[in-house]
Amino acid sequence: MNRNMILGGGLSALMISGALLSLVWTPYDVALLDIPNKLQTPDAQNLLGTDHFGRDILSMIMAGARTSLGVALLAVAIGLAFGIPLGLLAAARKGSWLDELIMRGNDVVFAFPLLAMAILITAVFGPSALNAIIAFGIFNIPVFARTVRGGALSLWEREFIMAARVAGKSSIRISFEHILPNIVNLLIVQGTIQFALGIQVEAALSFVGLGVQPPVPSLGRMLADAQTLVILAPHLAIFPGLAIILIVLGLNLFGDGLRDWLDPRLRMARS
Amino acid sequence: MLRYALKRFLSLVLSLAVASLIIFFVIEIAPGDPATFMLGINAQEDTVAALREELGLNGTKLSRYLSWVSGMLTGDFGTSYTYRTPVAQMVADRLKVSLPLAIFGLLLSVLIGIPAGIYAATRRGKGGDIAVMGATQLGVAVPNFWFAMMLVLLFAIKLRWFGAGGFPGWDKGFWVCLHALTLPAICLALPQAAILARVMRSSLLDVLGEDFMRTARAKGLTHLQAVWRHGVRNAFIPVLTIIGLQIAFLLAGAIIIEQVFYLPGLGRLIFQSINARDLIVVESVVMLLVFSVIVVNFLVDLAYAAVDPRLRSRE
Repeated sequence: MNRNMILGGGLSALMISGALLSLVWTPYDVALLDIPNKLQTPDAQNLLGTDHFGRDILSMIMAGARTSLGVALLAVAIGLAFGIPLGLLAAARKGSWLDELIMRGNDVVFAFPLLAMAILITAVFGPSALNAIIAFGIFNIPVFARTVRGGALSLWEREFIMAARVAGKSSIRISFEHILPNIVNLLIVQGTIQFALGIQVEAALSFVGLGVQPPVPSLGRMLADAQTLVILAPHLAIFPGLAIILIVLGLNLFGDGLRDWLDPRLRMARS
Repeated sequence: MLRYALKRFLSLVLSLAVASLIIFFVIEIAPGDPATFMLGINAQEDTVAALREELGLNGTKLSRYLSWVSGMLTGDFGTSYTYRTPVAQMVADRLKVSLPLAIFGLLLSVLIGIPAGIYAATRRGKGGDIAVMGATQLGVAVPNFWFAMMLVLLFAIKLRWFGAGGFPGWDKGFWVCLHALTLPAICLALPQAAILARVMRSSLLDVLGEDFMRTARAKGLTHLQAVWRHGVRNAFIPVLTIIGLQIAFLLAGAIIIEQVFYLPGLGRLIFQSINARDLIVVESVVMLLVFSVIVVNFLVDLAYAAVDPRLRSRE
């Protein structure tokens, strides 16, 4: 374990448990409007103040972070579900037309800026959290496919894989039984980074109206609502933004620390 | 070199063709007929038919795809369904704001990120390095549109050094416009500068461990001279890759930042078009964004091959 891992892990664990806690408890009900109590600055009743509908901002952040984390998690899952088989297949058939096709396909998808993908999908199917998940999910596929292919290619040169081939195992079986377990580390590190990116993507897409739609709270939606009121009530923007920063910072630090920790070359250099 | 350039050019054309096919067919799935949409549901049938003909909506999918692509090649992006003006003209007008903003942001990110990275590398493990690396972690974690709101609060509302948003138009003078684009460009540059600083630092640290750096010191250069003449130059190659990637994505980033500052750029055009279901505008802007990524990558690859012959022989 190293400092980044502990610091980042602690920070993300704290933020994620706050979000999970909102499943069973929040200080106030986020579905309840209390207009007379709107735009309160932070005090003893509402630790982070209230928004334009009089909803408690701390409760909104807890519930909103849950949505944001969910969006990011599902998009990473889509990337893994498609990226792993594609990457494994490309590595197993290295240099063949199939490998070439998969990698060229990756390049084309990769040329779509995330926002362009989200705009295209939203323009056709209408804005929704699901479409934001699909856009970021598609964006993740080439990311994971490349990670998997890169990791798998170097493994295919190794002796224990050679032994499995000599034993007569098919390349599909080798890919899933021997290659995949050995690149799990790479996937966890990349997954953590994409997960952190997903929190920011949700925020950005919801901010411009392409993501989560009202009345569902999300960190990005809260910032979108805050934009017109930011001069009147800065705390509406400040706190959800800080929540995003803390989650992303925590996950990124954790990912960096994990990568260093899992890389034996770096570990040996330290000791 | 020529053979390599030709090969890369073919793959550029192929990528553009596949990307345009994807965009065209995704837009095709959209429900509703643009002609009926433009004329309203009470329109006469023959008027709708005439408009469909005028917009080129008749014919097979393939013929419409081909006419879309050949139109774009000659600078004709079609006619907006809602404004009835040429899309190319609308996009060009908006690019007058978005493109300078993206370039301004890129300049700032290079001016901040590269010196910060070099500084951190030369101070490796010391306070300065730790401070710069901490700042880059924050720079990556802060959503730049949120940072934009904070800058508006501080510099526009409290200190009144800048306007809270809007754009005067280039006919009002260069410096007035530059002033209006300063806060947006800073926000656009923030995450990019953080990434550049990290790449610059790690690349320079790799180079500093090389034998030729020791030779440079041995022939009598001071540490700083050696870092500057031999280290930074050699460390620049991976940094250039990242800058190339950033150029292409800054335009997309500008779209979100424009929303915070109420700038009349591509961002406003595209969100208005989505709401108005003006899909031909959406189609063209998305194609433009993808086109810029593919072309910039192509140019970066060519530039490398020109500089480094090893990259040419690899293909």
